Amino acid sequence: MDFLQPSTMAEALAAKAEHPGAVPIAGGTDVMVEMNFDKHRPPALLDVTRVSELTEWGMDDGRVRLGAGVSYTRIIDELGDRLPGLAMASRTVGSPQIRNRGTVGGNLGAASPAGDAHPALLAADAEIELQSTAGTRVVKAHEFYLGVKRNAARRDELITAIVLTPPSGPQQFCKIGTRNAMVISVAAFGLALHPDRRVVRTGIGSVAPTPRRAYAAEEFLAAELESAGLWESRAELPTALAREFGEKVKAAGAPIDDVRGTAAYRLHSLAVMARRAVTWAWTDYRTARGT
Amino acid sequence: MQLSVNGQSRDLELDNRTTLLDALREHLGLIGSKKGCDHGQCGACTVLLDGRRTNACLVLAVTCAGREVATIEGLAGPDGLHPVQQAFVEHDGFQCGYCTPGQIMSAVGMLEEFERGWPSAVTGEVQPAGLTAPEIRERMSGNLCRCGAYVGILAALTDVASRS
Repeated sequence: MDFLQPSTMAEALAAKAEHPGAVPIAGGTDVMVEMNFDKHRPPALLDVTRVSELTEWGMDDGRVRLGAGVSYTRIIDELGDRLPGLAMASRTVGSPQIRNRGTVGGNLGAASPAGDAHPALLAADAEIELQSTAGTRVVKAHEFYLGVKRNAARRDELITAIVLTPPSGPQQFCKIGTRNAMVISVAAFGLALHPDRRVVRTGIGSVAPTPRRAYAAEEFLAAELESAGLWESRAELPTALAREFGEKVKAAGAPIDDVRGTAAYRLHSLAVMARRAVTWAWTDYRTARGT
Repeated sequence: MQLSVNGQSRDLELDNRTTLLDALREHLGLIGSKKGCDHGQCGACTVLLDGRRTNACLVLAVTCAGREVATIEGLAGPDGLHPVQQAFVEHDGFQCGYCTPGQIMSAVGMLEEFERGWPSAVTGEVQPAGLTAPEIRERMSGNLCRCGAYVGILAALTDVASRS
C-alpha cells in the first residue's frame, strides 16, 4: 500500500490526479475501521491532515467556508453560534475521541446514509466544494449523494470544503439510536427555518439509500406558514400543522429493515422527530432566539 | 520514523499500515494502552495526541511524526500517581482493569476539555460551573467498561473535578 503525505493543496491534488484510487484519510474514524477489519485495503492512502487549507474555516461575503478537515470538536466549539444545526449534529457524532478526529469531509467522502452531518448540511442548503488539478467546482448537498456510499466526487477530485450561508432562522437536529454515544443512527432529522427567504429546509438520514430532503414537507410547511401569516405574526404553531408536517416528512423516507431497526420503526420515529423539531424550532423563532 | 512518546523521541521502522496502537504495544513495549475492539467503539486504546484524547487504533503511526503522544505509562510524576489515577484507586474505579488505562487517559483529556469550556451533547446554553454526573457520563461515553465499574468511575471523576 502506498502512503501519500502531501503538505500543500497543490501537492494533494497532484497526488490524487496521479493516484485516482487513493483513499483520502483525515481523522481515520471511518477509513481505519475498514482497514483494521480487512474489509477494504485501498491501493494507496492520501493523508490530508497536513494540508492547512483543509483544516481552516473562514467567512467570505456572509458565507462560511468550512475546510473539509475541520474536526467536529472544532465545529462545536468555534461554529456553534453561526451554524447551530451542524454543531448540534456534531455534538452527537460517535464519542469525544471520535469527534476530536472525525471531519465533515470524511462524512461526505463516506456518503453513508447514516452520516450525522448530512441532515444538517441539507437543511442549510450547503454546497460541497470539489477540487482537482483541472479546477474547482461546487455541488449542492442535495445533488451530492448519489447512492449508498456513493457521492458526486470524481476519482481525481478531493472534497475540499463545505460552503454555506448560515440559515437566518432556528435550526434543529434529532437522531435516534440505542444509546447516546457510539451509535449509528436508526433515523435522523435536520431542520432549518429560513425566514429571510420564507422557506423551510429538511434533511433525513438513515431512512433511504441516501441522505435526502423531504421536499413535499418543506413546501407544505412553508405554504401553510405563509397563508396563515405566521412568519409575521409569530403566533403559536398549530399542533395539527406540526403533526401533518411530521407525516409528510415520514412520507419522504424509504427505509429498509436491518439490524439497527425495522423500516416501520424508522418511519414512525422520523415522524415523531420531525414534529418535535418543528415545534422546538418554531418556539425559538417566536421568542426570536436564533433569528 | 521518529515518534515522540511521553516526552521521549523514539526511532521506529514500521510498515506504513501500522496503527499508533500497534506501534506502542508491539514495537515500543508500551502495553498499557489496550486493544479492545480495534474500531473506535470501546476507548480502551485512548491516548492523548497533541493533548487531545484519541483512539490510538484509528490513527496510523506514520501520521504521528512531529506530534506528541501521551500514554498511561507517562502519566504518573516523580511525586506519585496522577490525581485521576489516585482517585480511581480510592473510589474503586475498576474491576478487571482492562479498560482502566483508556478510562484514565480519556478522563485527563475530558477534564481539560471542560476547563476550556467545550460543551457536550447534554450541555444546555450555559455550561454548568462544575461537572455534574450527567456531564461526566456523557463526556466519558467513548469508554466502555464491561465489568460495569461506572459507579466507581463516576465517583472518582466527581471527586477529582471537585478538587480541581
